[in-house]
Amino acid sequence: MEQLLATDRHIHGLYPHVDIWGFPISAYLFLGGLAAGILVFAAIYYLLGREKEMPFTVKIAPIFAFPIIMLGLFLLIFDLHHKLFVWQLFLAARPESPMSWGAWTLVIVSVFSLLWPLSFVDSIDDYLIKRGWSKMTKVTEAIIKFEHKWIIPHFIIMSFRKYRKFFAVVLLIYSIILGIYTGILLSAFNAHPLWNNPILGPLFLTSGVSTGSAFVMWLSDNHKERLLMSAIDMSLIAIELFFIVHMFMGMEAGAEVYKQAAHMFLGGEFTAVFWGVFVGLGLILPFTLEALELRGFHIPTALPALLILAGGLLFRILMVSAGQMSEYAMFP
Amino acid sequence: MAIDITKCVGCGDCVVACQTENNVPIGYSRDWIMEFVEGDFPNLNLHFETQRCNHCEDTPCVRTCPTGASHVIEGGIVKVTHNECIGCGACIEACPYDARYFHPDGYVDKCTFCDHRLEDGLDPACVSVCPTECMHFGDLDDPGSEVSKLLKERENYSIIPEAGTKPQIFYLK
Repeated sequence: MEQLLATDRHIHGLYPHVDIWGFPISAYLFLGGLAAGILVFAAIYYLLGREKEMPFTVKIAPIFAFPIIMLGLFLLIFDLHHKLFVWQLFLAARPESPMSWGAWTLVIVSVFSLLWPLSFVDSIDDYLIKRGWSKMTKVTEAIIKFEHKWIIPHFIIMSFRKYRKFFAVVLLIYSIILGIYTGILLSAFNAHPLWNNPILGPLFLTSGVSTGSAFVMWLSDNHKERLLMSAIDMSLIAIELFFIVHMFMGMEAGAEVYKQAAHMFLGGEFTAVFWGVFVGLGLILPFTLEALELRGFHIPTALPALLILAGGLLFRILMVSAGQMSEYAMFP
Repeated sequence: MAIDITKCVGCGDCVVACQTENNVPIGYSRDWIMEFVEGDFPNLNLHFETQRCNHCEDTPCVRTCPTGASHVIEGGIVKVTHNECIGCGACIEACPYDARYFHPDGYVDKCTFCDHRLEDGLDPACVSVCPTECMHFGDLDDPGSEVSKLLKERENYSIIPEAGTKPQIFYLK
């Protein structure tokens, strides 16, 4: 059977396939994963008691998490079509809807990502003086002054410091939920067979944590920290590749619609950009560069780091746009 | 709802009736016509399907709605409360039939089976204008209703049942 005509179906963003989520959503998924990755490392290395050896990972990198989340949130709200009603999200808690618990997770993580660097403000001040960025210490000093002057912020930050171990555990759990959520948000849609697979959550989490490690590796001034992040990132890339192969194997073994979804990447229109650009330049090339660096070759750290970050963004753009093209057929 | 594809001529009256009845903005539609052809030339067989929200029993749109704006009312009709909808698009992505769209005012809009007409004991606008009377509307839970009898008597199918949403519109062959 063949479909000839669809009368009165030419609605923008609906026909010939749903196309309502574009770059802002992909970018938000990327930023959410990146922030989750940064915070996961901060919480883990704090809990392991290595904050002195890895000051950048534990104290400095999380400064960026809050603005990254805020940028993501801005993109998310910018993409809503009924923007003025956004507060309705926080009048409901619907566990069945990933977007609902994602919104709540985002609130919790953004509060923690703000409090975490604030509780380290003294160490950040020292760090800035040590690096010779005395102009920026004005900000940290103002925060310290503000904190000492007002009782409520002082109380909040002091109690955060006091129970930091407990908060680190909570932060770790919620960052992981945030990372997984960016994938589960898509995998909850049965109508798009490409998204509708359980591996997408872990895959997005791994990719997000990998971009987080790339971010730390890129900006850290500590050689040991960079090498450690490099080694961690290599294993994350290996896991990611395994998940990707596993995802397509699962689809190939599935029903017709899943096979069609997989074929978009295995011979279809997304093949070259996915395997060539994302897997080739965004995973395998940085993996090789990191391996060479660990063997003592001098490679600018920014190169693999930026490749991974760009790859992470491209991966989400591809999954969001290809997913919307993968649909059930109306006819056998 | 039961739709007789042996009677449908694809005139589009149902689409226009819906647009008029529900003040659907120009360029949008809550129902539409699909045209299918099967067989090899010269033995071709053409049929039309008038399609709309299937008011599924297992609703992915309601499940993914983060605010609860999408809901099922008594009787099984799926509706959207406009001032609870944030326009995120999750329900549009969740629908295998692409039956939902963004209203130009921002909220998500869709077929309501003309529940305002049902309250007055009338048929939905699309059903009542159909010149070939190919559409039948009624209570599927009532074994004595016209639709239940038609579905018992005649061979029928629903669209994309494999998506697992239990669609509630049936096409009579």
